Amino acid sequence: MRSPPIPEMATQEVQLNETLAHLKTESDTLKTKLEEERAKLHDVELHQVAEKVEALGQFVMKTRRTLKGHGNKVLCMDWCKDKRRIVSSSQDGKVIVWDAFTTNKEHAVTMPCTWVMACAYAPSGCAVACGGLDNKCSVYPLSLDKNENLAAKKKSVAMHTNYLSACCFTNSDMQILTSSGDGTCALWDVESGQLLQSFHGHAADVLCLDLAPSETANTFVSGGCDKKANVWDMRSGQCIQSFETHESDINSVRYYPSGDAFASGSDDATCRLYDLRADREVAIYSKESIIFGVSSVDFSLSGRLLFGGYNDYTINVWDVLKGTRVSILFGHENRVSTLRVSPDGTAFCTGSWDHTLRIWA
Amino acid sequence: MTIRTARPNRGHHFRPRTHCLKKVDAIVVEMQDPKNGVKGSEQKLNVTTIPHAITGSNIIAWIGNKMKTTTEEAQAFGTMLVAYGYIYPLQNHKKLVMCNDSSLYRFQTPYFWPTQQWVPEDSDYGRCSILFPTCNGLELLCFKQAHYNHLHEWLNHKWDFIVMQATEQYKAGRDRNKADRVVFDCQERAYWIVNRPPVSNIFYQQAIMRSKVKSSVSLGALVKYITSYKNHDPFLAPCLPSNPWQSDHDAYWTLNMRRVEVPTKMRVERWSFSFFELLTDLRGRDDFKIFLKKEFSGENLAFWEAAEELKWGTASSMSSKAETIFKTFLAPGAPRWINIDGRTMGLTVKGLDHPHRYVLEAAQTHVFMLMKKDTFFRYLKSPTYKEMQKKALNPEAHNFSPAQLEENARNRSPGIHPIILWQQEEEEKAKAATAAAPVDVKAVMSKIDRKK
Repeated sequence: MRSPPIPEMATQEVQLNETLAHLKTESDTLKTKLEEERAKLHDVELHQVAEKVEALGQFVMKTRRTLKGHGNKVLCMDWCKDKRRIVSSSQDGKVIVWDAFTTNKEHAVTMPCTWVMACAYAPSGCAVACGGLDNKCSVYPLSLDKNENLAAKKKSVAMHTNYLSACCFTNSDMQILTSSGDGTCALWDVESGQLLQSFHGHAADVLCLDLAPSETANTFVSGGCDKKANVWDMRSGQCIQSFETHESDINSVRYYPSGDAFASGSDDATCRLYDLRADREVAIYSKESIIFGVSSVDFSLSGRLLFGGYNDYTINVWDVLKGTRVSILFGHENRVSTLRVSPDGTAFCTGSWDHTLRIWA
Repeated sequence: MTIRTARPNRGHHFRPRTHCLKKVDAIVVEMQDPKNGVKGSEQKLNVTTIPHAITGSNIIAWIGNKMKTTTEEAQAFGTMLVAYGYIYPLQNHKKLVMCNDSSLYRFQTPYFWPTQQWVPEDSDYGRCSILFPTCNGLELLCFKQAHYNHLHEWLNHKWDFIVMQATEQYKAGRDRNKADRVVFDCQERAYWIVNRPPVSNIFYQQAIMRSKVKSSVSLGALVKYITSYKNHDPFLAPCLPSNPWQSDHDAYWTLNMRRVEVPTKMRVERWSFSFFELLTDLRGRDDFKIFLKKEFSGENLAFWEAAEELKWGTASSMSSKAETIFKTFLAPGAPRWINIDGRTMGLTVKGLDHPHRYVLEAAQTHVFMLMKKDTFFRYLKSPTYKEMQKKALNPEAHNFSPAQLEENARNRSPGIHPIILWQQEEEEKAKAATAAAPVDVKAVMSKIDRKK
């Protein structure tokens, strides 16, 4: 830890003013240079490349299951790797594990807080994590014994200084990534509750995150109320890429299946696609008739379709390449708060403020 | 989202928490009581002696004693004190946690407590950016660059005032003795770390230097991905034999389970799309292992798997796993020695002196690329893969009548619970580990000797 150097008092003011002026010009130059570098490599638009791709046919997507059991708004859900079980959380503090195929409720936990905004299924299928207004993320190991009280084995893992907005296990049950209303994301060791890495850079609440599917799996993307989507290196804690093109809070971010791009959904009623290798936004999915914000987005298995859950109770399905909307789905009786495609892409699940979850295929 | 109030700045966060923070204020005051508070003294930090520094273990002991809680709970409460800025670490400024050891902390001056309802103003950022000019590596000092532009515009009318405030503070600072100055700098720095504003201009510099790809190349890759996976996307092409959600029949899932004898044609085709696909599908990885066994080159994949387990394992298992990996794969004469270049080997072995999660990253990437660029392609051309392609199942599409569909809906199969599957997997892994473990000749010989 060094003290700053001590110049003579007489030249102090002059030096300060010079430093200030220098910093200002440096700041301006850097921003312009970045835009120039990005523009140099921008030789084609997405819809131009998409011209050669054949158009999609008609879609028949229906609600195949309706899961009723929550007593209040459903806020979040996640799929189990077995492709049929899901965990969901709601405003009344209840977290339910369902076998969505048979619609049976298998486990239920009552959290000590309301507004459980985040929940995640562990990769092994043996535990779930959840949290919300309690500022924590807790892990509950699941049991084959239906009568066992899951709350007894609860493990408190993450602690933030404001609400938990999203959580996600990494490649194993041993680590959890969280994002919070306190403006940070963090990586935790489940067994000890130790903070492994924290990620600072958002200027406001962080609302969502997604882990990269690529072979290195060392990065993740987060979106926040500061309209920014940041890509982070999990090892160093540094923000390696940042995109600020949305006009309002980013509610959801999701990686493209190859890991080279990601989509975001925002309160500005648009979904956008960002190309990580070219370092730019490449598509905006919007329509004049769509005014209400997007709460949640996810891709189909091939990445050709982007599903968006909206605050006007509908689901819009977008052709990622051509930028057109291929389908609009109705069914929920209140806003769609969460949407995830199943691990094998056979269906997607939506959760809504109308207290239900629906499986669509 | 109705729980959020519509506001742009984080200042509003402070208001709802005042109630509980007032209670915390009272506790922190007690902690500083000269008779009954936390034991503190002068501590040496590098060359400077810091007055009134306290160790993490003393703080946690005091909290545990006062609140009659376990060490764990006391440590958690301690971390909250650091996160909210009541106490700040003297070492490792960036990790805002309370450590139960001899790490040093100090109490933050009440001026900076969150309950003072003092929302960090931009003019303060401005003053701060002038006061902390050129120290590399401290994130705080990057504020000046990031905020400079913004602040200068907003505060133009106040700028002269700010410069004046800064010079005043600087002058006053010069008059203090060195220890006090260090402490004051520490306090202010600590405050800004808790209340830091965002991204710096160093970030822009890095962003400019990062290699980027032409749009035609990256967008072309996106289109290529979509085209390859088109027939595998259940929303774009029919699932064979049927989509379980549509037909209420789960044959699609049973045919694609982890340990099927014969996989489906679609699954085998997917393995050829990329090395990553082959590895992530554990059934495909099994097939790849059979091929590697025939080539007597299984150690690369085994090392990669062990490195993955280290990376994603619990923090407490790190050193023991690192040791096992060193003995098995990296030590000279190791039973499953991997052939990596001298430089990477040197770096890795050196890193293993102080093992951490990413200590094997370089070696793991090297091995992965070797397999991806060479072994993977040979696998695709090998008789092992070609036979699998021939053997693979091509199920007939289901054609259920409405009556049959109703029947299916009544008899939906519950499948096998993931917990049971996981237990089976763990047993299989344990069996495979003992089978693959290098034979300890000495142990075998001594067993034979003892039997004699």
